[in-house]
Amino acid sequence: MQTKETNKFNISNFASKLAGRQILIPIAALLLLAVFNLIADPSFYKISLDVNSAGDQVLSGYLITILDYGSELAILAIGMTLVTAASGGQDISVGATIAIAGSVILRVLCGSNSRPDELQAPIIVAFLVACVAGMLCGAFNGILVAGFKIQPMVATLILFTAGRSIAAWINNNELPVISDKGFTYFGGFIPGIPVPTPFFIALGCIIIMALVLKFTTLGLYVQSVGINENSSRLNGLNPAFIKFITFVILGICVAVAALIKVSRISSINYSVIAKDIEMDAILAVALGGNALGGGKFNMGASILGAYVIQFLATTLYKFNVKSDAISAYKAIVVIILVVISAPVVREKFKAFTVKMKTKKEVG
Amino acid sequence: MGGNKKKKPITDTTLLLTITIVVFFLMYIGAMVFQGGGFLKAQTFFNILNTNAALIITACGLSLVMITGSIDISVGGVVALVSMCCAVYLDYLGGNVFVSILIALGIGLAFGLVQGFLVAYLDIQPFIVTLAGMFFARGMTTIVHTNPFNVQNKAFVALKDTRVVVPGMGSINRIGKYVDAYVEIGVIVALLVVVLMFVMLRWTKLGRSFYAVGGNKQSALMLGINVKRTRFLAQLFSGVLAGLAGYVYFLHVGSGAPSHASGMEMNAIASSIIGGTLLTGGVGNIIGTLFGVLSLSTIQNIVASAGLDQAWWTGITIAAMLCLFLVVQSIVMARKKKAA
Repeated sequence: MQTKETNKFNISNFASKLAGRQILIPIAALLLLAVFNLIADPSFYKISLDVNSAGDQVLSGYLITILDYGSELAILAIGMTLVTAASGGQDISVGATIAIAGSVILRVLCGSNSRPDELQAPIIVAFLVACVAGMLCGAFNGILVAGFKIQPMVATLILFTAGRSIAAWINNNELPVISDKGFTYFGGFIPGIPVPTPFFIALGCIIIMALVLKFTTLGLYVQSVGINENSSRLNGLNPAFIKFITFVILGICVAVAALIKVSRISSINYSVIAKDIEMDAILAVALGGNALGGGKFNMGASILGAYVIQFLATTLYKFNVKSDAISAYKAIVVIILVVISAPVVREKFKAFTVKMKTKKEVG
Repeated sequence: MGGNKKKKPITDTTLLLTITIVVFFLMYIGAMVFQGGGFLKAQTFFNILNTNAALIITACGLSLVMITGSIDISVGGVVALVSMCCAVYLDYLGGNVFVSILIALGIGLAFGLVQGFLVAYLDIQPFIVTLAGMFFARGMTTIVHTNPFNVQNKAFVALKDTRVVVPGMGSINRIGKYVDAYVEIGVIVALLVVVLMFVMLRWTKLGRSFYAVGGNKQSALMLGINVKRTRFLAQLFSGVLAGLAGYVYFLHVGSGAPSHASGMEMNAIASSIIGGTLLTGGVGNIIGTLFGVLSLSTIQNIVASAGLDQAWWTGITIAAMLCLFLVVQSIVMARKKKAA
C-alpha cells in the first residue's frame, strides 16, 4: 500500500515536472503525429535510396521530405523567436522580404539579361548582397518598432504590403531563370551527398545560433527586454537597440531562407514565393510554447515546432489532402494546442485533479 | 468633431481623424485636378464605394476589436468562406436567397462566438486565435468547393443587379445620353453599419466600455466593467460583421472562389490604422475608418488610371501611405505623452 502510494506520487511528480517544461508541447505534438502515422500507415517511415533526375543517388521518403522542406521554416523560426521575445510582437513581413531577397539574388546572378547562359556573379556574392537586402528590410522594421514605438505587427504590415511589389520592381517584373546547375545545389542535393542540402543549411544556422546564445549575452538581454523594458533600461541595457538587432538577425535568416527558396526552382514567382510562410513561422514560435507577448523563449522548442508543422503538412499530403485544404487541419491542431497550453485551462485542470485526489482520499 | 461645442483641448481621436479626412480630400481633389477625366464624375466615387462596401464593413469590425486592444485577422477568410458557402447553397442546392443571408450571418456568428470565447474567457492571444480562424476559413473554403464559379440563381442575380439610383448625380455619357449615378445595395448596408457603429461607440454604455477596456483593462475592471464580456462581444461583433461583409462581397462579385478577398484582413487593418485607430487600443473612430477605406481605394484608383503597372504600384503606394500615417501617429502620441 505504502509503496504504491509513493510510486504514484513519483509518477505524478515527474509528470508535473515535465508539464512545466516548455519543450513538451512540440514533443507531444510530434509524438502524436508519429504514432498516428505508425498506426495509419507504417510505410510513412520508409526511406529508400533512389536516383533523382540529375542522376545522383539520393535518399527519398516522407521523413526526408520533412527535413528538406521544413528547413526554411526552421531558419525563419530562429529569427522570429528572437523578435517575438524581444518586442512582444511578430514580424509578418518575412514572406514578402523573402521575395525581395530572392529577387536580389536572381538580379545579381543574372545581371541585365533575364535568361543568362552563365552566371554573371559568383553565388556567394549574390547571397551576401541578399543578406544586406534582408538586413536592410529588418533594419527598416526595427527602426519603426524600436525607434517609433509602433507595434511590430503594424510596422511590418508596411513591408508585407509593399514587399512583393518591390521584389517585382527589382527584376523589372521579369521572371529570370537560371540554368546553372551549381545554383540548384542549395535547394536540392549536392552530387555525392544523399541528404538534401537545405537540411545542412538549417543545421548550420541552428549551430551558429546555439553558439551565439551560449557565448554571448544576446539571449539574456533579449529576454530581459521582453520581460520588462523599463527595468532592463534601468539596468543599463538599451532596449531599442536590442529590439532593432533582433529584427536585423531575422533579416539574415530571411536571406538564407530566400536562397533555398529560389534555388529550389531556379527562378522566382513574386506573388507565390514563400506565401503565408510568415503565419507558419509565427505558428512555429507559438507551438514551441513561447509566449507571443514576449519574454522568455526556448529556441529549441521553436525549431522543433517548425518541423512539427512540416510533419503535419507532409502527413496530410500523404493522405491526399489538397494543399489549399491543409490550412483547415492546421487550424484545428493549433487551436487544440493553444487551448491545452492556455494558463486558464491548465489552472482549471489542476484544480480539477486536486479535487479528484481529495475525493479519493476521503473515499 | 462636429457638435462638440464645449471648448476643450483636441483629443487624440479627433486629431488623428482630422488628419485622415484632410489627407483624403487633398488626395481626391488632387486626382480631380491632375487626372481629371473619371474623377470628375460622381459615378467614379460611387464605384469606389461599390467595390469596397465589404471592406468598409470588415474595417468597422476590425476598428472595434482594435479599439478593445485586440485583433481579428480571420475576416478575409470568413468573407471567402461565406461567399463560397452561399454560392454552393444557391447554385447546387437550389437554395433561397433569404436563407443564404442567414447562412452568411450564421457563419460569421460561429466564428465570432468561438474566437470570442477563446480570446476573452480562455485568455489566449487574439492574434494566434484569429490566425487559426483564418487558416480554418481558407481551408474550409477549398473543402466546400475547389473551383471558382459564377452563381446563376435567378433571384440572387436580380438582387445583385439591383441598383439604387442617386438622384442628381448622374452624368452624360459618350453618346450624349444622361446616365443615372447608382450604388449597389451593399453600399447602403455598409453605410448603415457605419452609422450604427458610430452611434453605438459614441453614445451607448457598451460602446464606451469598449474604449475603456482598450485603454486600460485594469482600470476598466475597477470601474465595474465586465472586461471579459466586453472583449468577447468585440470579437463576436467582428465575426458577425465579417459574415455580413462576406454576403455584401458575394453580392458584388456574384461568385464563389477560394481566392476571394485574399489580403482583405490586412487592407482592413491598414484602413483602420489610416483612419486613426491605434492597435494598442483605446483610440479610434468609425468615421475615420470609413475615410481610411476611401483613401486606400482612391489611391488604388489613381494608380490604375495613371496607367502605371498596377500590381507593383498599388502595393508600394499603400505601404508608403501606411508608413507615413504610422510615423505621424507615433510622433503625435509621443508629443502627447510629453505634454502630459
